Amino acid sequence: MLETLANRYTYILFALLVVVGLYMVVASSNLVKKIIGLNIFQTGLFLFFVTTAFVDGGRSPVIPKEADAGAAFASPLPQVLVLTAIVVGVALTAVALALVIRIYDAYGTLEEETLREVRTDE
Amino acid sequence: MSEVVELALALLVVVPVLGATLPLALGLLRDQVGWAVAVAVLAVEAGLAARVAYDLAIEGSRVVHVLGGETFGRKSQELSSGESTEGFAVGIELVGDPLSGLVVALVAGVSLGVLAFARRSGPRGNAFYSGYLLLTGGLMGVALTGDLFNLFVFLEISGLTTYALVASGRSAPSAVAALKYLVLGTTGASMYLIGVGYIFVRTGALNMVDVSETLAGNVEFLDTEGALYGDPLVVAAFGFIAVGLATKAAIFPLHTWQPDAYAEAPDTVTVYISALASTAAAYALARVTWFVFTPAFFDAGAANRRVLEFLLVLAATSVVVGSALAAMQPRVKRMFAYSSVAQFGLIVIGIGVAVHPAAGEQATRFAVYGVGIHLVGHAVIKSGLFATAGALSAATGARRVGEYAGLARERPFLAGGMATLGFALVGVPPTVGFIGKWYVALGAVEAEHWPLVTVIFVSTVLSLLYMARVLEKLYFAGSPDATGEPAEEIAGSPGGAGGAVAADGGDTAESITGESADSDEPVTTDGGGSASLGMMALALTAAVLTVVLGFAGSELSAVLDPVVEAVVDAAPEVNP
Repeated sequence: MLETLANRYTYILFALLVVVGLYMVVASSNLVKKIIGLNIFQTGLFLFFVTTAFVDGGRSPVIPKEADAGAAFASPLPQVLVLTAIVVGVALTAVALALVIRIYDAYGTLEEETLREVRTDE
Repeated sequence: MSEVVELALALLVVVPVLGATLPLALGLLRDQVGWAVAVAVLAVEAGLAARVAYDLAIEGSRVVHVLGGETFGRKSQELSSGESTEGFAVGIELVGDPLSGLVVALVAGVSLGVLAFARRSGPRGNAFYSGYLLLTGGLMGVALTGDLFNLFVFLEISGLTTYALVASGRSAPSAVAALKYLVLGTTGASMYLIGVGYIFVRTGALNMVDVSETLAGNVEFLDTEGALYGDPLVVAAFGFIAVGLATKAAIFPLHTWQPDAYAEAPDTVTVYISALASTAAAYALARVTWFVFTPAFFDAGAANRRVLEFLLVLAATSVVVGSALAAMQPRVKRMFAYSSVAQFGLIVIGIGVAVHPAAGEQATRFAVYGVGIHLVGHAVIKSGLFATAGALSAATGARRVGEYAGLARERPFLAGGMATLGFALVGVPPTVGFIGKWYVALGAVEAEHWPLVTVIFVSTVLSLLYMARVLEKLYFAGSPDATGEPAEEIAGSPGGAGGAVAADGGDTAESITGESADSDEPVTTDGGGSASLGMMALALTAAVLTVVLGFAGSELSAVLDPVVEAVVDAAPEVNP
């Protein structure tokens, strides 16, 4: 158990971040906090991918000209995937925040409960 | 010849994505240039799609385009155990087979067709058309990609643009709906990504064919022994992927984004995304379930089977709940949106039945036919219904079922179109809606899933319930005095029976020849409101198409034959 915690703590952190993020998306009534939750959720995912690329004693995957064939390198593929996913995540956050601004302009609130009341009144 | 098609696969994605920059760039020089640019780009796209779809669907060939060519082609890899594997896909592959051929043709056709609707009704900004083209490129990518991670990227490209387009109506409710869609859609896509991550960790591959072969134990990229079907990580991966894609396809209980998004989006956007957004997700689910996990996966253990059955239960619930909620909606667009929840439940039932261990070859055959035909059929029917509803509300201002009273007399063509499309949605022969539903039901019967069979037939009755409500108002309810619309458009004949009315020529307004209807029938296009010719044409084309596709049912199922064989043989490649 202790060994798992010491060696595999990033996997536990991954699970924790994903669950915390998802809980925020579901439970928080503030729209901006929902988006923050979404970001935490995705960050957990990125951590998972980066962790899988880790090689004990591995070097960064930039191979010099006189590379020794036996050396361990961290896998570059998950890192590329994470880069792509980060770009997607940033774009999503931008669109989400733009929408939040429009909602705030129109209704003057960011609380989901209040928003629901305002909209049923209309 | 196949080199042309191979190149065209890449162009199908590249052309709309590059074209998406044009409306904004040319917008600096001239206003309102977006629509013309979109028509030009999508006309090229439709030509490419026709060529590709002909090769893929009619001639039944499988075409692979490796992005990056030789540099990123298949390599062999030395394993630490000393063995080497042949054909390790390094780069991303675009793969065309009959199933993607159908979807490519659908996406290209709908994108071009909806532009006719957008001319009058649409949001007019150049930015809107940039988003529109980007969405088309994303959907093409979903249809063609052969790589699991690339599928995530294309799902997110199409997702992002869909959120933006839903909010393009500038109304406050549409922004709320778009944000709700964004939160749920992103969560779904991230779930899918977790699943892909698990698969990648276990198999070391992302290419769909490679993953499938590794899971089956035919090749190994990491030091894995034999088939991985029983591996908890792989089963969990399927769970995550199924939940993620089911969210995007709006399966109960993850459908809540859909009615809001469809109802609040501008009419043009509703027509477009109702035809393609969920369809692309359902197609992705079918592709991953059938060709990456294959039927053998679901037969490998009790847990695997349980996961699939859970998905089937959700799909069945989706059918019943969607139909029931649709019957309760006073607003027409919301009603059709809930009906989509039910229809995609039906499609997911087909996807699940095809790979269920209890399904024999015949059951799989029928289920695959059902999924393929209903994917295309539902897209045509639902976009047609939304187009008709949009044209009716543009012409008369009616947006609620109650306001449809007596509109058949004022708008005979649109009412006739809605009746045809409505019957297609219920599943009345000889429309394409009937054939899709029929095959899914047959598949369930062959596999002896009696609860599912019951659900399918109950859903037909329920969908009759809500369509009958609309048609009864249209044709049999008296025209209310309080519509506030000038009655100048009431056609001459009091018969009120579909297209016969306006064909009398008793109309006062200008008569313009419809493109889709018989060319000698005058179509009234002007009046109290302004349903443009393009709107009418799209609505009526969809209505005609449902019937034509209905008669082409056997051709459609012949196209899907190679897909059936690949599923039955648990082969990852259609037409290797």
